[in-house]
Formats: sequence, structure tokens, C-alpha cells
Amino acid sequence: MRDLLWLVPLLPLLGVLANGLLVGRRASEKTVAWIACGSSGAAAVLALGVIADYLRSMSPRPFDLHLWDWMSPGALPTGGGGGGPVNLSIGFGLLLDPLSVVMLFVVTFVGFWIHLYSVGYMAGEPGFRRYFTYLNLFLVAMLVLVLGDGYASMFLGWEGVGLCSYLLIGFYFDRESAADAGRKAFIVNRIGDFALLAGLFALAGRFGTLQFAEIGSQIAASAEALRAPYVLGLSFAGFVALCLFLGATGKSAQIPLYIWLPDAMAGPTPVSALIHAATMVTAGVYLVVRSNAIFQLAPGISALVAWVGAATALVAAGFALVQTDLKKVLAYSTISQLGYMFLAAGLGAYAAAIFHLATHAFFKALLFLAAGAVIHALGGEQDLRRMGGLWTRLPRTARAFGIGALAIAGILPFAGFWSKDAILSAAAASGSSGHWILYAIGLTTAGLTAFYMFRAFALAFLGSFRGDPKSEHHLHEAPWTMALPLFVLAVGAVAAGWLGIPEALGGENRFGRFLEPVVVKFSGRAPAEHSGLSQAAEIGGMALALALAVAAILLALRIYRAGPERGAAIARRFPRLHSVLANKAWVDEIYDATIVRGTWGLSRLAAKFDAGAIDRGLVEGAGRLTVFGAWISGLFDRHVVDGLVNFSAWLLDRFSRSLRRVQTGAVSNYAFALALSAFVLVCLYAVWR
Amino acid sequence: MSLANVWNVGTEHYLALSLLLFGIGLFGVINRRNLITILMSIELMLNAVNLNLVAFSYQRGDLLGQVFTVFTITVAAGEAAVGLGILLAMFRLRQTTRVDSAQELEG
Repeated sequence: MRDLLWLVPLLPLLGVLANGLLVGRRASEKTVAWIACGSSGAAAVLALGVIADYLRSMSPRPFDLHLWDWMSPGALPTGGGGGGPVNLSIGFGLLLDPLSVVMLFVVTFVGFWIHLYSVGYMAGEPGFRRYFTYLNLFLVAMLVLVLGDGYASMFLGWEGVGLCSYLLIGFYFDRESAADAGRKAFIVNRIGDFALLAGLFALAGRFGTLQFAEIGSQIAASAEALRAPYVLGLSFAGFVALCLFLGATGKSAQIPLYIWLPDAMAGPTPVSALIHAATMVTAGVYLVVRSNAIFQLAPGISALVAWVGAATALVAAGFALVQTDLKKVLAYSTISQLGYMFLAAGLGAYAAAIFHLATHAFFKALLFLAAGAVIHALGGEQDLRRMGGLWTRLPRTARAFGIGALAIAGILPFAGFWSKDAILSAAAASGSSGHWILYAIGLTTAGLTAFYMFRAFALAFLGSFRGDPKSEHHLHEAPWTMALPLFVLAVGAVAAGWLGIPEALGGENRFGRFLEPVVVKFSGRAPAEHSGLSQAAEIGGMALALALAVAAILLALRIYRAGPERGAAIARRFPRLHSVLANKAWVDEIYDATIVRGTWGLSRLAAKFDAGAIDRGLVEGAGRLTVFGAWISGLFDRHVVDGLVNFSAWLLDRFSRSLRRVQTGAVSNYAFALALSAFVLVCLYAVWR
Repeated sequence: MSLANVWNVGTEHYLALSLLLFGIGLFGVINRRNLITILMSIELMLNAVNLNLVAFSYQRGDLLGQVFTVFTITVAAGEAAVGLGILLAMFRLRQTTRVDSAQELEG
């Protein structure tokens, strides 16, 4: 069964080809939907079969399905780190190990349900076929990303999802804001990808391969050498880790490259759910966890990852507090939750990071899909201030959103509780300096998360309807294609966490155990995964987080139950803080003033240099020089060459003017000349005979 | 006894006469304006030459010179014919036979 792994990315690819090239412009929505959902559904079912087969086999060894050689040895000589040339050997293959099994499941499962949801959500939209072609293409790229057995194939998928993200953010490309948002996402990601590529080149140069397995074994063999100083005061491992992390900050929207994700909400809501919440943006976390051997050898960079993650989590949660656009709240929430994952990954709690990634995929997809259903029902309204009172009108959607909100807030039986707790206890237990600050940030963010999520919940579903009275009559529950995914994902948002119930609560932490083989263990160092906290401390921490979340929820409901007015009154009491949060700390403006305008200025300078030095100086200079040379040449031509010609003509003319007098026309003169000449000739003859 | 012996006329005398005739003819050709006179002067010059030829023929006892003279007379006849033809054509064109009226070739 697992030999069929190659079919999993191929099926959506067939869907892309069928929808993109075969069915044609006039294909009905039904055909397109069947092809798209059928191919992604078949891929999901097949993936489930492959995963089941992999889990049944007792050995947890990775299963590497090598498909073809991408670059064979000898094709491309590179300078090796040791000085001598090494041969680069890159294969293309699919890898099945615990990490990619988790990712495969999340991507195909969530991916299929969002495909199904999109059928209802996008019904009647122009570009229906284009939408599903892109969505299937995204699935292909994401599967290549998570299944690739080397950094090269992963990078292929990495760029593929970036492309699909760009295409789908700019799906409504006739709106300028959407087109701008797509460009912004693409360009910001380029910055991260530049660093990522630098890291990959360093790896390829050092190891001569980009395959995970070979790099892993070479790292294990030369762990100490990799920690020797390399460049910029960093070790080789530190340099590569920094590059990979910078790549991850772009894709996963972390400080300083998070700015594209809120704008990415310009795309259709299912796209926000699939790409910008559940799957693509978690690729950075996947990258860090996949490269955990390198990150473990670079403790400084790992600490940086943790601090950046914590800072992003806190700042984004702060921004989410004051957003009035429902999708923007969810976008900042996604950034914040991704920060959590990086916090865990930076602390060495890789399993916890992936655990949170998986549970987050469920509840955040659920939240987005529920938000999409609300927006759909309201005819495109996204402003929380114009919603309200939808609990009775959209009961199923409201309940789904409520489950998702409870899950992300970390309420006890729901998925978010377990994964968030795993991260918080990892922060508390880690031995790194300042880990209590990280723990405090994590805890604060958990409280903020609960608050802003239930602020959005209260504004949307409680109180009275504040929108356009006319649209109130059009309110309707979504069709079954939208409701069914909500139901399935709601079940996931409740139950996904049960896989990772920690030992402290009598569970087995099966999720952590399952992912253990992924994390490389270097001899002589205690794996950070095992919490050093006592059972009592761990339960105490859980209780604290839970209490905080419940308090925040109650507070949010109290303030916002009746509408946004009380919240606005509170905001007026802290005008400075509110303006910082509402304006997102002016980060966009600062980037615009420095980097964007700097780039423009540099471009203008280059344009001026081009126009002045190159065009005017060199090109026009050469032109002027040629004109001058031609002028000199013309002078010579006119005066010397023409002068000679004219002079000879003039000379001839002068002579002829004198000679013409000889030609009298009178015959007698000629006769006389004739006679005289004859006489002279005879005389001459007589003299010189 | 021939007449020549009486006057003791030698080749020199013939040549002197011939020179005189040629000179008169040349003078006429150069100086006269009437085309008829010019033609006649040309005849005079031709005959001066003929006289020369005959004189040398007599002195050398060779008949070739006299034969040549006969040819020259024939050619002179042709020359006169052509010359008179030109004269006629010119007169028809200009109603005059004065050569100084025809100076179109003046440079």
C-alpha cells in the first residue's frame, strides 16, 4: 500500500490537469467540483491507507520512496566545505516518517474538507474553475513539500505553495487591494526564501547532498565539526539554522516578515482556512522540526527561534484584540499561534510544536470556515461591528465557531488545551535562560487569545443584529457542502488533542512518543522533550492556564455581549495603547518608509545612474563622439578631397578659357594656322634632320 | 633643240614657279572671304603641287610623277565638285558665299 505513496500527490495533479486544461471554459460547476473534490478526496483516502499501512508495520523506520535522480553525481561540481570539490547528488523522492505522516494526514484531510466546503462557498463565482485548479495545485505543492525526501524536493513544494498562495490571495485580481496583497505576500516571502536558499546552498556545499537521510547521518557523524566557527561569528550549524529560520519567518509569518498574512485575507475565505491557517503557513514550523538536528547544534539560534516565536505570539495577539474585521482577527490569531509553535520548536519541544500545528490546523480551519459561512450568509460583510445576534439565526455555524473558539482558547477537553499545555510546560521545564519569561509570555498570550476570540464570538453571535436590516432577511444557513466540513472539523477540534494527553493526567502522550524518532538525539545531552516538572507542578500549570482562559472568556463575554460600545469605551480610556494596537504598531508604515521607499529610492538612483551615466554618458557620449568624428571626416572630405577635385576642375576651366580664343570659327584663321604649322614643322625638319 | 634648252630652264625654275603659285594660292585661301575665290586658290595650290611633281618627274626621267599628277587632277576635280556642293549648300542657307559669315564654331 505504501508503495502507492507517489499516487497521493499525483491525484490532485491530475485534477489540476483535468480542470486546468481538459474540461474547458464551458464546463459546468458540477463537473469542476467533482473533479477537484474527487481528486483531493481520493488522495485523502489513499493517504489514509498509506498511513494505516505505515502505522501497522512495527518498525518506525522512515520509508523513502526514491522516484528519480534529480541531479546525479558528477553533473555539478561544487566547492566542498573541506576544500576539495564534491559531487552534488540530489534525488527526488517521497519520505514517510512520523513527521511527514502527521503532515500528510493534516494536509490531505483538512485539504479535502476545505475543497468540499469551497464548492458551496464559491458557487456562482466567476472563476470557479480557476479557483479549483489553483486549490488542487496548492494541494500538490503542499504534498511535495511535506513528503519530499530532501531539501530540494521540499523547496520545490515550498515555492509551489508560495505560488498558489499568491494566485489565490489575488484571486479577485480585479480588486486592487487583492492584487496588492498577493504581490505583498509573494515579495515578502521572497526575502525569506532568499535566506532559505542561502542555507540550502551552504548545506549542499558542505554535504554534497540535500537528502534528509544522508544529511542526518553526516550531521550525526560530524556534530562537533559543525559547531566550529564558520562565518559572522556563527558556527556552520548556526549559520544554516539562521538561514532556515529566516526562510521560516517568511512562510510562517513571524516577526519581522509577518506583515503579509493579514493582507492575505483578501483571498476567498476557504483559501485563508487552508493555506493561510492550516497548512502552508505551518511549513516553516515543519522546516524547523525537520531540521531539528541542525537547530539542536545551534542553541543560540534555537533560543532566537523561541524568543521570536514568543514575541510574535504576544504582539499578534495584541493586534488581534482590536481588529474589527472578523478575518483579520483570525489572521492575527494565526500569526500568534504560529508564534507558539516556534516557541516550542525553539525550546526543543519539537513534538509539542507539531502537536500544536496539527490541532491548530483543525480548529483554525474550523474557525475560518465558520467565519466564511457567516460572511457568506451576510453577503460579504466582514465587519464585526455590523454583525451580532447570529446565534439564533445561524445556529450550526455559531456552534461550530464556538467549538473552534473554545479549542483555541485552551478549554479543557478541546484540542487546543492539550497542545498549548504541551508548549507551556515545555517552556516551564526548559533549562534555557529566561525560560520563565517565555512561559509568562506564553501564558499571557493564552489569556489574550481566549479574550480576543470570545470578543469576536460575542460581537458576531450575541446581542442584537447591527447590520443592514435588509440583509437580515437573507440570512440563511449554509448548504450541506459547507455544513458537513464544519461538522467534521468541529469533531477534529474537539478530539484531535486526545492523541497527546500527557502522562501527568494519566494519558500516554502518544503523539509525542510517535514523533520521538524524528528528533535526533545527540549523545550526552538530555532530550528536551521530557518535561522535568513534577506531576503536581504540571497539573498546577494546566490549572493556571485554564483558569486564565476561563477568566478571559468571561471578561470578553461581559464586555462585548451587548455590542462593541463598552469595548470602545475601554479603548478610549487607553488611547495611546489602543492606537498602537489598532495601527498594528505602524509596522507596515515603518516598512513602507524604510524598506519599500528605500528600495524605490535605490531603484530611482539606479535609474538615474542608468539614464545619466549609462545612457547619457556612455551611449550618448559614444554617439557624440561618432558625430564629432564624422564632422572631422566631413571637413576633410569637403575641403581636401572635394578641394582637389574642384581645383583640377578650376584649373581646367582657367586653361580652357584662354584656349577657347584659339577657336575663332573663322576658317581662314585655321588655314593660316595650318600653313604656319606646316612651315614650322618643315623648318624644324630642315634644322634637325 | 627644245625650248627648255633655249631658255636653259632647269628644275630650279619649275620649283620657283611652283612655290610662287603655291604662295599665291595659300594667300588666297587665308586672305580671301569669298568661298569661290578660296576654291580657286585651292585649285591653284593643287596645281602648284602638280607642277612640282611633273618637274621632279622630268628631272629624274621617271614617269611615275606624271602618273601621280594625272591622279591628282582627277582628285582635284572631285574636290572641286565637293567644294562647289558645299558652296551651293552654304549659299542656300545664308544667301551669301562669304566665309566670315560662318563662324558658329567660335569657342
